[in-house]
Amino acid sequence: MKLIVTDPGGQTHTLEATPGWRVMEVIKEAGLPMRADCGGCTACATCHVYVDDAWLGKLKPANEEECDLLADSYVQKPNSRLACQITMTKELDGLPVTISEDAT
Amino acid sequence: MNSVYTTDAIIIGAGPVGLFAVFELGLLDMKAALVDILPKVGGQCAELYPEKPIYDIPALPVVTGQELTDRLMEQIRPFEPKFFLSQMAESLTKLENGHWQLKTDMGEILEAPVIVIAAGGGSFTPKKPPIKEIEKFEGGGVYYAVRKMEKFRDKNILIVGGGDSALDWFLNLQPLAKNIALLHRRDEFKAAPDSVHKMREMVAAGNGKLIFGEVAELHGDAPAVSAVTIKTKDGEIIRHECDCVLPFFGLTMKLGPIADWGLNLEQNLIPVDTEKFQTNTPGIFSIGDINWYPGKLKLILSGFHEAALMARAAYDIVHAGKKFIFRYTTSSSDLQEKLGVK
Repeated sequence: MKLIVTDPGGQTHTLEATPGWRVMEVIKEAGLPMRADCGGCTACATCHVYVDDAWLGKLKPANEEECDLLADSYVQKPNSRLACQITMTKELDGLPVTISEDAT
Repeated sequence: MNSVYTTDAIIIGAGPVGLFAVFELGLLDMKAALVDILPKVGGQCAELYPEKPIYDIPALPVVTGQELTDRLMEQIRPFEPKFFLSQMAESLTKLENGHWQLKTDMGEILEAPVIVIAAGGGSFTPKKPPIKEIEKFEGGGVYYAVRKMEKFRDKNILIVGGGDSALDWFLNLQPLAKNIALLHRRDEFKAAPDSVHKMREMVAAGNGKLIFGEVAELHGDAPAVSAVTIKTKDGEIIRHECDCVLPFFGLTMKLGPIADWGLNLEQNLIPVDTEKFQTNTPGIFSIGDINWYPGKLKLILSGFHEAALMARAAYDIVHAGKKFIFRYTTSSSDLQEKLGVK
């Protein structure tokens, strides 16, 4: 299963993802720049990513905590999500995400 | 202010690992002082996730960040640690007697033979809004914290943000201010509903203004501020007169001055050995999330283990020449006396 990540420098990486892992974990494991300060407990926005528009509908909607954190970001876009709140599943094989400024 | 506080170990960071280090040092007859930039103890546990459950603390199947902090405080109470909160460890110098002198940004001076860096992800610093040249106005018209309320008496204050800090300061500064306004990007607030309700009442009574939008530009003879340009939620550009701008956008973690202490940082982490958890500089130890060694796992429980071994090594520095005897709290009446249970 693949996760396709564009880093802040614009370079694209194809990562091998394990089902059940959070997108944040896959990105960190690969050593790409991602702070994820709070370790995935929806307490910060330092794993903020942009999800490819075509894939947005396949994701579980963001909960209130995630929405609040994203709403406070200065670089929020309609396709903003926290990578710690996206779990890799079969349907998300090939998911393209771009790491935001908040995460670096 | 300028008197020197002397102790056995200065711990930088009062998170769970820094707090537990007090215990391990205490058992081995070493006193400790802790320095932390936050106004409270607990570090990330208390600041980022006080109410979130943690499941991997040995023998505590579930504990929240705040409970863990409270329990650690109870555990270290017998050792009477000294806390220097709301201040940042700024500079570190070696004295002629081999001890270290640490200065904080509040002017406190601490001295000890042992330094323990337990600074986790770094020090919490206010998030800055992306406003052009905001740095130029910091300290003159832009403030990220309120240290003395009097400073804001009879001022035209603009508070920016929608969280608890923004709302609390709107409510607290309103009676002092000449004029006060709250600027938030949308008509939804993260702050406690009670504060939001009070704020709306004040605004309705004409004691303050509520504006939806964001600051686009700061004006004034820097560092003084005389006005801001606001881009409102509806896209309108307005000019708002004010002399104090207080943005409250939460905290982010930055390594801070520790980066300049010559500790051979690798990717903002401090390399240590796994016998003593000492850095490349004898007498300076590092434990918890901020250190690195092969196999490192950023777990609170790993930090606790590191604290125990650090204390063992620190003993040989603080009590140089004294024989170390390893004892258990279950059987040593001496240790039990220190813990106040005997």
